[in-house]
Amino acid sequence: MEFTFTDEQLMIRDTAEAFLAEVSTSEAVRAAMVTEAGYDPQLWQRVCEEMFWQAIHIPEEYGGMGLGYVELVAMLEQMGRYLFCSPFFSTVCLGVNALLVAANDEQKAQYLPEIVAGKTATLAFASANGGWASDSVTATFSATDNGFVLDGSYRYVTDGHSADLLIVAAREAGSEGEQGISLFVLPADSAGVSRRWLPTMDQTRKQAELNFEQVAVPASALLGESGQAGAQLEQILDLARVAIAADQVGGTQQALDITVEYLQERQQFGRVIASYQAVKHKAADMMLKAEAGRSALYYAACVADESLQGGPLADQLSEAASIAKAYCSEAYFFNAGCGIQLFGGVGFTSEYDIQLYFKRAKSTETFLGDASWHRERLARQLLDGESAA
Amino acid sequence: MKLSFSAEDEQFREEVASWLAANLVGEFECVRGRGGPGDEHQLVEERKAWERKLHEGGWTCIGWPKEYGGRSASIEQQVIFNEEYARAGGPGRIGHIGETLAGPTIIAFGSEEQKAKYLPGILRGEEFWCQGYSEPSAGSDLANVKTKAVFDEASGKWRINGQKVWTSLAHESEYCFVIARTDPQSVGHKGLGFFLVAMDQPGVTVRPIEQITGTSEFNEVFFDDAECDASDIVGEPGEGWKVAMGLLGFERGVSTLGQQMLFQNEFDAIIKLAKENGAAQNPALRHRIAEAHIGLRIMRYNSMRMLSGGADGSLQKEAMIYKLYWASWHRNLGKLAMDVMGQESEILEDAPYELNRLQSMYLFTRSDTIYGGTNQIQRNIIAERALGMPREPRG
Ligand SMILES: Cc1cc2nc3c(=O)[nH]c(=O)nc-3n(C[C@H](O)[C@H](O)[C@H](O)COP(=O)(O)OP(=O)(O)OC[C@H]3O[C@@H](n4cnc5c(N)ncnc54)[C@H](O)[C@@H]3O)c2cc1C
Repeated sequence: MEFTFTDEQLMIRDTAEAFLAEVSTSEAVRAAMVTEAGYDPQLWQRVCEEMFWQAIHIPEEYGGMGLGYVELVAMLEQMGRYLFCSPFFSTVCLGVNALLVAANDEQKAQYLPEIVAGKTATLAFASANGGWASDSVTATFSATDNGFVLDGSYRYVTDGHSADLLIVAAREAGSEGEQGISLFVLPADSAGVSRRWLPTMDQTRKQAELNFEQVAVPASALLGESGQAGAQLEQILDLARVAIAADQVGGTQQALDITVEYLQERQQFGRVIASYQAVKHKAADMMLKAEAGRSALYYAACVADESLQGGPLADQLSEAASIAKAYCSEAYFFNAGCGIQLFGGVGFTSEYDIQLYFKRAKSTETFLGDASWHRERLARQLLDGESAA
Repeated sequence: MKLSFSAEDEQFREEVASWLAANLVGEFECVRGRGGPGDEHQLVEERKAWERKLHEGGWTCIGWPKEYGGRSASIEQQVIFNEEYARAGGPGRIGHIGETLAGPTIIAFGSEEQKAKYLPGILRGEEFWCQGYSEPSAGSDLANVKTKAVFDEASGKWRINGQKVWTSLAHESEYCFVIARTDPQSVGHKGLGFFLVAMDQPGVTVRPIEQITGTSEFNEVFFDDAECDASDIVGEPGEGWKVAMGLLGFERGVSTLGQQMLFQNEFDAIIKLAKENGAAQNPALRHRIAEAHIGLRIMRYNSMRMLSGGADGSLQKEAMIYKLYWASWHRNLGKLAMDVMGQESEILEDAPYELNRLQSMYLFTRSDTIYGGTNQIQRNIIAERALGMPREPRG
């Protein structure tokens, strides 16, 4: 048992950190987040060409680096710390994961190298009905002579307005829950697809609404078996939850670090406010949240890795993802909220960065199920004798 | 990162499990799942016999070096032993203070004479130890001990006078390790000594303290010219604080995974009850149960991180939060148990004050956030040592 980063993993993490410290400064984040795309295309190109991050867990046979989920999580944690504005999450943690889980060899050979070459991607599944599992899929598909026709709408699609490639979930008319779900891959500019950017409170993560009207796709667009992709969709979403939790752990830590730094400088009543016990104890609680969240995350990362590679822990994915997402969501919100309080008045200004973390904490908390959603999911498993859905 | 154990370790697991399955039976059936915090006063003779049985199988002090009778077991093997022990329902270890605190201290700081005199009794499960740190005026401020030790040239012995309090299992112990002031002029952590004191002597009086649970697991201990040999001080006079603090660093958390199995047993009992009495359908309780589950799993992952790192002596943040984390979690579990029991939570097993297991757990968990460094003291330590914030002013 070696439940700690290897030297290679530490190197990947540290390299990511050094790069992000240089390119994802507060000014850079603020400049990117007010644009509609939400990121600097030149910087993204640099990431793809110099850092090759988009290829991190794409297998080598498709031109990727062939690394695992633990390495991915180590990088994501740093992106969370630096509020990195990029299509990384949508492309790699939604798009690539969806292809790795559901595509056949031919489809992987077509699309993964495109992503390696710099194309962006995302996953659209949820409607506005408030769910975060396959029951939130309301768009429908029907078979035609040479393919399928898709109809319906998607909301909360990360980078949906800017992605090049869409992976979408749709259901057979009349089906419910995990039943009757299919996944399709299609270019975002396909006829009948309209896309609308949704301005968001957390400006560092972009969301969009997609409308599909009689969108015709060829048979080769179908990922997996028709109507059988419910479990695959759940797996993709759980992998994404682990990725979000990594972003959250990074933010949880950074909220603590910038707060403590401020506490050590600011003086009131003739001494630094870091010397007041009420303040110290709050900071200690924040560190507890960060460390416990990190423990939950790393375990989930190992499980996610086995889920993709095949391993004895693979069937723990939904539980580990729910544990990490529930805990890290609340931890991030706690630390960012305490951060604002401990900064005092300046914490309420737009000038100080703690507000950016506070907003990102909330948006990541909601996305893919907040803590109560995940607790209920675990409760069903523990108390109702169901396997987690 | 790698989560699995090696094949060799899995074989060790098998060995432990089958020994326990073969031996925790017959006359020892009655101690299954007994003892431990809240139940420490129960079945004492039987549990002492069980310690001797463990020794027969070579299962006491497995983490000690072979030269002192241990197995030099790796961290992984110690973890596995503790897990399997808890899984099998092994009783609370009456010998744990000797095995995990007194013994390792003597091994690290003691003389050859002390090793020869004290280690075999611990190893054989025949001699039990208690920890004499806290005093009426030295609680969180442990360095404020007033108990005095004076070397009497005439008899060639140390003479100890003073009072300890909250001394767990003192009434069942052969020995106590005591911190006492060797330099009467000193204050704080300077001028202390670390003594190995026999309990069975005229100068030592043990008075049980009745707890919130109605039972007595801890005691007041009075020293009135109690004696120990010149050779019974560990380290030099004045080095007591160093020895006492070194002791806190020994464990590195190997017993935490076993402790968590006990927590898991308690949690399973709560789930079973919730399913039976309908509490599982109450949305608020469902969420608290799920939250407890999340908390316990993370506790496990956190321990795995602790055990995997820090061999180089580096400051581990995950280790620094551990006490605050588990104590707070367990305290909440106690409350959850009562709330799941509902109205029945008030009804005792019997008069005068016989608690059922979950009731006893509920009351006992109130001490988790106090002993071994209160939650407030833990937060001070985290803020100061891990986050580098200013130290508390001292009076
Ligand atoms: C079940 C149990 C078993 C025990 N077993 C043993 C044993 O075997 N051997 C032994 O030596 N001791 C034992 N103890 C004693 C235990 O270690 C002490 O109770 C503990 O260290 C707290 O000391 P105190 O009780 O004097 O409380 P105090 O130190 O008086 O604390 C009272 C309150 O003040 C707070 N406080 C104190 N100082 C500070 C500060 N600087 N900043 C903020 N808050 C502060 C504390 O957090 C607490 O809430 C045991 C205690 C219990 C409950």
